[in-house]
Amino acid sequence: MRRSTPAALRTLALLAAGTLALAGCAGQQGAQEGEAEGSASPTSTLTISAAASLQRSFDEIAQEFSAEHPETAIKAISYDGSSTLATQIVEGAPVDVFASADEKNMAVVTDAGLGQDPVIFATNTLVIAVPSGNPGKVQSLADLAGATTVLCAPQVPCGAASARLLENQGVSVKAASQEQNVTAVLQKVIAGEADAGLVYATDVAGQDKVESIVPAGAAEVVNSYPITALGEQPGAQDFVDFVLGPKGRQILEEHGFGDAAAGADG
Amino acid sequence: MASDIGVRAPGFAVAPALLGIALLVMPLVALVARASWGSFWQDVTSPEALDALWLSLRTGVAATAVCVVLGVPLAVLMARSAPKPAQLLRALVAVPLVLPPMVGGVALLYLFGRTSPVGQLIDSLWGVTLPFSTAAVVIAQSFVALPFLVLSVEGSLRSLGAGYEQAAATLGAGRWMVLTRITLPMAAPGLVAGVILCFARAIGEFGATALFAGNAPGITQTMPLAIYTAFNGAGDGRDAAVALSLLLLGTAVLVLVCVRAWRPGALK
Repeated sequence: MRRSTPAALRTLALLAAGTLALAGCAGQQGAQEGEAEGSASPTSTLTISAAASLQRSFDEIAQEFSAEHPETAIKAISYDGSSTLATQIVEGAPVDVFASADEKNMAVVTDAGLGQDPVIFATNTLVIAVPSGNPGKVQSLADLAGATTVLCAPQVPCGAASARLLENQGVSVKAASQEQNVTAVLQKVIAGEADAGLVYATDVAGQDKVESIVPAGAAEVVNSYPITALGEQPGAQDFVDFVLGPKGRQILEEHGFGDAAAGADG
Repeated sequence: MASDIGVRAPGFAVAPALLGIALLVMPLVALVARASWGSFWQDVTSPEALDALWLSLRTGVAATAVCVVLGVPLAVLMARSAPKPAQLLRALVAVPLVLPPMVGGVALLYLFGRTSPVGQLIDSLWGVTLPFSTAAVVIAQSFVALPFLVLSVEGSLRSLGAGYEQAAATLGAGRWMVLTRITLPMAAPGLVAGVILCFARAIGEFGATALFAGNAPGITQTMPLAIYTAFNGAGDGRDAAVALSLLLLGTAVLVLVCVRAWRPGALK
């Protein structure tokens, strides 16, 4: 029987988020307590840390995986900025699978001697997101310079990609704000506080409060998502294989992620 | 002053007290232990770090000033009103204390954002949009810090009672004279404590600022935001984050020690 349904996971995440917020602000996110009691048949439970941009696809993948692997229960998936997750893992958080939004943060984990041979499982490209109706009349990257534009901070994966894209196209933009993650950029655009922001293509897929524009040169700046199993927990490698397999790939594609091959070299 | 006889803390209080102090101090020790001193000086003197520190100090002082100007009258009103309205006011003042700062930031964004009626009114009157501005930082900090000042001043006023004020009034002092000659000087210790708490809370503010004001270096990127941004940089960003945390900590302690040293008597 499956106890870790997405609904239960969502409730957990909600509770955890609430506790965190009360404690001050989003900082350390410890391992969440799963609903471990009961007559569960699974012989192994997994704790997964995944980049925030993977939330919708990994919720679905987890559901499909549980159906195929009743012997492995997914205890919890922590979604957060890749660098926050990487720090938690290096500092000893009990995590069995790590899916990062970039190779730099995966390297933080592997350099600490954790994880075996990360594999690129998806890629993402950038789009310009504008509020419905496009009040700032933004059509291209060049228009961003004259509009209230919000970008990711250059330290985080989406910000590094944004900086590369703008540099490639010879555009200089002074951001009204440098957000800590791509979700924050999208929220500022949805709220109408920003005329435009650079976000991942997957962030605007199925999002009806914003319009998106694929800017020139977007295809050349590809963000690669690596995944790895950490430690010896049985089932961890099964989950990684499932993500890399046909079902995982199909779900990722449905959410707008690109083929892993697109980013294999960079 | 209080004598030593009979007022010493009971022995059984020692163990929990030491644990309590350890809980507060040990994380800081761990932070210091993790600092990489080789790059420390370079990290804390980088233009970004100094910009953020200067912005934090300016906005922290401005927010504290806003809190004093708005909070002291509010505290006086609360301390001298009937129990029922005073209770209601106290509950309202406490809201930002229980509210996660990020929620406060979202609420401020909805109130002052450029799509809101208030935001549009401000824009049409003064041609100003608040989000992503330094003013937004001060508003966010004032929002989270004001309760500390109000509750501290109100508590000290309430514990003093109204006896001296009534005596002054029967001797012919007007309301203004009672306020400036009796009430405020007597509330001075509470005010100093309130200012310290208020400034400390303002300078450590993160959640509301991140949501409402954003993160633009030199404009809205205060120390806590600079620290989080540095922390998000994989690898060597961590060292900078720790260094910046220690810089903020040192500066805040210095400022607070100076406020403490400033005797309440000098207030009048």
